[in-house]
Amino acid sequence: MADPLLTVRDLRTTFATDAGLARAVDGVSFTVARGETVGLVGESGCGKSVTALSLLRLIDGAGRIEPGSEIILEGKNLIALPEREMRDVRGNRVAMIWQEPLSALNPVMTVGDQIGEVARVHAGASRREARVKAIEMLRLVGISAPEQRAAEYPHQLSGGMRQRVVIAMALVMSPALLIADEPTTALDVTIQAQILELLREVQQRMGMSVLLITHDLGVVAETASRVIVMYAGEVVEESPVREIFSAAHHPYTEGLLRAMPRVGATGGRLAVIPGSVPAPTNWPSGCRFRDRCPYAWERCEREHPPLYQVGAGHLSRCHLAVEPERRARPHVPLAAASGAGAGR
Amino acid sequence: MSERREEAAPAMSRAGDGDPGPWRTAVRRLRRNRVAMISLGVLAVFVAAALFAPLVAPYPPNAQPDIVGLARVAPSWSHPLGTDTFSRDVLSRVIYGARVSLGVATLAILLAMSAGTAWGAIAGYAGGATDAVMMRIIDAMLAVPRILILLLVLGLWGNISLPMLVFVLGLTGWFGTSRLVRERVRALSTQDFTLAARAMGARDLRVLWRHVLPNALSPVIVAATLGIGNVIVLEAALSYLGIGVRPPHASWGNIIEDGADQIGSAWWIALFPGLAMLVTVIAFNLLGDALRDALDPRDERRP
Repeated sequence: MADPLLTVRDLRTTFATDAGLARAVDGVSFTVARGETVGLVGESGCGKSVTALSLLRLIDGAGRIEPGSEIILEGKNLIALPEREMRDVRGNRVAMIWQEPLSALNPVMTVGDQIGEVARVHAGASRREARVKAIEMLRLVGISAPEQRAAEYPHQLSGGMRQRVVIAMALVMSPALLIADEPTTALDVTIQAQILELLREVQQRMGMSVLLITHDLGVVAETASRVIVMYAGEVVEESPVREIFSAAHHPYTEGLLRAMPRVGATGGRLAVIPGSVPAPTNWPSGCRFRDRCPYAWERCEREHPPLYQVGAGHLSRCHLAVEPERRARPHVPLAAASGAGAGR
Repeated sequence: MSERREEAAPAMSRAGDGDPGPWRTAVRRLRRNRVAMISLGVLAVFVAAALFAPLVAPYPPNAQPDIVGLARVAPSWSHPLGTDTFSRDVLSRVIYGARVSLGVATLAILLAMSAGTAWGAIAGYAGGATDAVMMRIIDAMLAVPRILILLLVLGLWGNISLPMLVFVLGLTGWFGTSRLVRERVRALSTQDFTLAARAMGARDLRVLWRHVLPNALSPVIVAATLGIGNVIVLEAALSYLGIGVRPPHASWGNIIEDGADQIGSAWWIALFPGLAMLVTVIAFNLLGDALRDALDPRDERRP
């Protein structure tokens, strides 16, 4: 097996807040192979966006990446790179796109200029060359009449087109890794499908790896080959995509799957995971999911579970891996019993 | 949508690598605003007269051909705006006065806007302690009334040269702009497109210059246009008091000073420079408002 493109080892990112030190990302490790699409799944507050920003070292202000974290891209540890070299990486070897394209685009620059700027920054292109490249990229992402579009401003384009523009910007330098942070969340379903199709196409053509961050398991099913589930700043499950749906191990993943509304299922209430994510300034001892878990027992409070191997390429941070018989005896999670609906 | 595309297309078919930037769009919008165009026209006339004063003015501004006979002559064919106390042609003095008043105001504003923008942009983008310190300094400066500083400095200065006057006016007038710019830059720094620009690998300076500042400039341009009117009036007031532009240089302010105590008898001396000021300041204000509308990039009106 070839060397992975990206190896993240024990990433810890913290933020100093008034309420104490928030451990937004607390020891996350994973790899992304060349040409692979990996889905990073979790609800808001689990640390997936902070993970993405950490990969590009865009954490600033009150946040910092703790020493001891390693982010190895194509053999180089990004943590140790001087800022100047890091800028060479951003937009060039690793590109990132966000959820809301309208706010990710500069309102007073034409889309052509913005796409072209990537070429000017990284390839020293002249204005003319940048313009040509911009039109080429617009065509690549399936925008018709690219010459005209290049002269338009972001607010003149529809949401789907804007997201295509954002993707075009990310692809100018043919990056090895594309990090997509909820790229389809702000789009309606038909456009969502188009954008995912575009990402798939482009990825195959360029042999690019994609780290797709989303809370939507449906999106993951369509595009990813491997899924990483995050909760409370940690990886709680990692598995090939089919297995997540057929044989999810971690109770959190189970809960997520059960909470997905299914087409065809009528009546009844949506299953929810009771309770809410604990505060990153105060992760509970032992397993961080235990208050919301229907199987938790005293070991879960006492002992923080490591990532157990539960199958080929399948990891789960749950003691059920060593005491599987407990799965037969579910109970009401503590969070539900104490009537805690929301609130930390 | 198709109409907009058609409007964009002719622009694209021009040879060359340019596309209509946001400024071009603003100009197009401005052209459709009749009030703005009239104001611009009026100002153009004044500016042209000021620039080509030696060609336009019928007499040299300080010529005193017949001190006694021609003093305080009412408007007539040979002197359309009359003559003043020292038998100088008022029209010529008003034209030359435009040179001084407009010139001083424009340069002072340019200086103030540049200083204010630089200060505000650095404070806003840097954030943290730098920002705090820089803005507290501004707060302190803003606490002192501008007119007081000007009276003090200019009063003590003695015979101030025009360049120094520009300097003093400019350096007392940039604090408000820096606040304006700092607010905009701060808001822009946290927006996604700034993050996206950094994620794309742009250096901080590039992000500031190419992404943040162009978005922050429109309020500055509007403030500058509206501010010129203020400075014109300010300079006129200082010249009126005798501490701004001093005779024999003509400025609207000191012409008014000459005519102020003769309003009853030789009303034309004070009236015409006053009218010139009025028209100019109103024109700048109307233009400034129109610019504010024209520069709004989110405006859905057709460019």
